[in-house]
Amino acid sequence: MSRLLIMLVVSVSLLSSAAIWAEAERITFKNAQSEENYTALVNELRCLVCQNQTIADSDADLAKDLRAKVYNMVEAGQSQTEVIDYMTARYGDFVLYRPAFKMKTLLLWLGPIVFLLLAIFFVIRWVRAQSSSAPVAMLSDDQRDSVRELLNKTQ
Amino acid sequence: MKKSALIPLGIFAVLVVFLAIGLGLKPREVPSPFIGKPVPQFSLPKLMAEGKMVSPDDLKGQVWMLNVFASWCVSCRAEHDVLTRLIRSEKLPVLGLNYKDESKDAKEWLAELGNPYQHIAVDLEGQVGIDLGVYGVPETFVIDKKGIIRHKATGPVFDATVRDDLLPLILKLREEKG
Repeated sequence: MSRLLIMLVVSVSLLSSAAIWAEAERITFKNAQSEENYTALVNELRCLVCQNQTIADSDADLAKDLRAKVYNMVEAGQSQTEVIDYMTARYGDFVLYRPAFKMKTLLLWLGPIVFLLLAIFFVIRWVRAQSSSAPVAMLSDDQRDSVRELLNKTQ
Repeated sequence: MKKSALIPLGIFAVLVVFLAIGLGLKPREVPSPFIGKPVPQFSLPKLMAEGKMVSPDDLKGQVWMLNVFASWCVSCRAEHDVLTRLIRSEKLPVLGLNYKDESKDAKEWLAELGNPYQHIAVDLEGQVGIDLGVYGVPETFVIDKKGIIRHKATGPVFDATVRDDLLPLILKLREEKG
């Protein structure tokens, strides 16, 4: 029971971490659009010094600074695209959890699909090979007779 | 031997290649999008001269380095000797960016370890750091005579880094026209 409770507390706190930071940093927005942009951006940008966390999730100093930067930019009326462009110009595509689709990121986006297609291709080939090479059970005339005999016996 | 018997071996070989590449990767080393771009403009107060400002323009026309450091940064302490030796032997102008540091601590740190910097800019809030795409301290940028960033070293500079990367590049850049 207590274990369940701990799990529940941990998962709830993980889910609401972004909200907690916003609360802890006591930030207020000039309008709803600004808040929406901020929330979208901090959940989209990677904390570069953490392993796999967004800047919304992280308590690292750099994440705090980047949140502050994003806040200042959206409050100054800059669009999400402008903030994203600013960040990628400085930190590269790595700063984005969903990097733009372009030549450099082609393999990243299409790689999984290519691997899936390859897998499907090999599975189909394998299944076909199995079904065509499987020996079809053929009985000789003698065997057929003995089977018939056996069946008649049991009846 | 049947051909199909070689398939697991083939898969294994491919896996080995990918894992070998993976071992060599450094996930913390983000390729800097700054290489080939002009150094971002900023104007920050000087650490050692109160009331005075320093900007990258003060170093224009020469090959110089920008070194991001802080007294709280352990690897900065580690690289300080190496950096100092390079700066002294090459008479290299270096702008130190004192990143998110208390000026008092930074001054004590430099008094203890020596100050090889020509200028030191105070970036208390780390906003210029963000402009420079700094995500870990120390970081070292090599900038050419035209003010273009030509190289960035992330993490501490070692003797080998100086020998293999920094020094050859600095000598090469000095040959270029301003």
